Amino acid sequence: MKPAERVERVGPSGIRKFFELAEEMDDIISLGVGEPDFSAPWAAREAAIASLEQGKTSYTANRGRRELREEIATAMRSRYDLDYDVDEEILVTTGASEGLDLAFRALVDPGDTVAVAQPCYISYEPGVIFADGEVCSVSTRREDEFKLTYDLLREEGAADAEMLVYCYPNNPTGATMTGEELEEVAEFAREHDLTVLSDEIYAGLSYEHDHTSIATLPGMRERTIVFNGFSKEYAMTGLRLGYALGPPEAITAMNRIHQYTMLSAPTTAQYAAIEALRSCDDAVEEMHKKYNRRRQLVLSRFDEMGIDCFRAKGAFYAFPACPWDDADEFAEALLEETGVAVVPGTAFGDGGSDHLRVSYATGIADLKEALDRIERFIQ
Amino acid sequence: MSSHDEIVELLRENARYSVEDIARQTGSDRETVGAAIDELEADGVIRGYKAVVDREQLDDERVRAVVELNITLDRETSYDDVARRIAKFPKVDSLHLVSGDFDFMMEAEGDSMRELSNFISNKVAPVPEITQTVTHYVMTTYKEQGIEFGDGDDDDRLSVSP
Repeated sequence: MKPAERVERVGPSGIRKFFELAEEMDDIISLGVGEPDFSAPWAAREAAIASLEQGKTSYTANRGRRELREEIATAMRSRYDLDYDVDEEILVTTGASEGLDLAFRALVDPGDTVAVAQPCYISYEPGVIFADGEVCSVSTRREDEFKLTYDLLREEGAADAEMLVYCYPNNPTGATMTGEELEEVAEFAREHDLTVLSDEIYAGLSYEHDHTSIATLPGMRERTIVFNGFSKEYAMTGLRLGYALGPPEAITAMNRIHQYTMLSAPTTAQYAAIEALRSCDDAVEEMHKKYNRRRQLVLSRFDEMGIDCFRAKGAFYAFPACPWDDADEFAEALLEETGVAVVPGTAFGDGGSDHLRVSYATGIADLKEALDRIERFIQ
Repeated sequence: MSSHDEIVELLRENARYSVEDIARQTGSDRETVGAAIDELEADGVIRGYKAVVDREQLDDERVRAVVELNITLDRETSYDDVARRIAKFPKVDSLHLVSGDFDFMMEAEGDSMRELSNFISNKVAPVPEITQTVTHYVMTTYKEQGIEFGDGDDDDRLSVSP
């Protein structure tokens, strides 16, 4: 059977090849994992178990349980000053990934151009292509610490786009942007009438300054959709739960697709998420503290090794420059000779191809051992 | 969190962290961390460093007991006086004054049940202020000082993921 042309346009993900290499080896230490090493907080897991015991296994409202949307609205208001209406402006999705896919499909017309800030999470480009849109790559640069700037957006041709999608704190770079820095992006979006998809899945994992959402800047709320979820901050990746916040017309359009394709996000996960927002601040704070210590350990060690690595301030990634010219070759050799897996920047699109993504979502003992092996390998 | 508190927290997580590793994790330098640890030790905040051992895996398994002690005080004797006397015995591993139905909770360790029983009945019980002892022998330890003794959970995440 012949796959559709738009599917053929999207190759298999670069990370897949590396995953297969790593899977063939025993006893590797992986710094290649894009999810927390912690389990979801016990109170959240317990709430999921209790909901199953009580037989709460039916669909929920398309937009998600109202109780959950209320908790999301409250949390977003108190944490990030984001004010969204429970009934009209919040959509609970099966992971933030579903939300992004819905936004592309609901808001991109065939031939529309979407500016994608890179390096980035692997699903943005395919999402645009599946929606029959055109991608305009905006490659962020090491000298800007992988942040978006007004000039960069202009130089890379984003003025002609209809939409801009980016993620801060960023996967794979660990870069963050302050409110002041985002103001430049907002100015560009307003000037060129761009819709902005702001992936804020790592918002809770910002270590050196408070997270600011672009939707809180003047004139931005009406043109922005914010994506967040429970995967990273609450270590709930496998429960597949995220949410989108946006103006009513956008959320209604996204929900139109969602109701026909997904119906509703997983019910059990929604019960876990309600509890996570209500009672798991301490567990989140503890994980945040541990990530931050590991981050400082990794950055210090790279500095001592003489590896050029900008000061990543968010998520759980460091993004050092690759000591060799070819990041793919380096990552393969490192894996084969030392059993340490890192992901070459090439897997995340333009801009980061001569870098490596090093995840510190790994216990300190393994992290130290892996860093020791990297140090011996490059000497 | 003050830098001293953070150092204590890290040492309680793993007392074998090197000074360098603590410095790296806290964004400090080795001189500052080294001086802080010296100070914590000199001030008696840090009283010592010991390994957490799963005794069941030792060739010579030790016997451990939690002992409730009841005390009757008089005008000349305080809890502190009694506690000091009991704590001197090397077999006594920990001693706490607690609220509730008894006064002291003592943990003691010995080579055998007979030896430990003899110790409690011949050395501890005869202390004049002690009116009653209730001994609970530890049968299985599941967790100690925050460390679980099970096989641990395997990391079942995909080895590489986006």
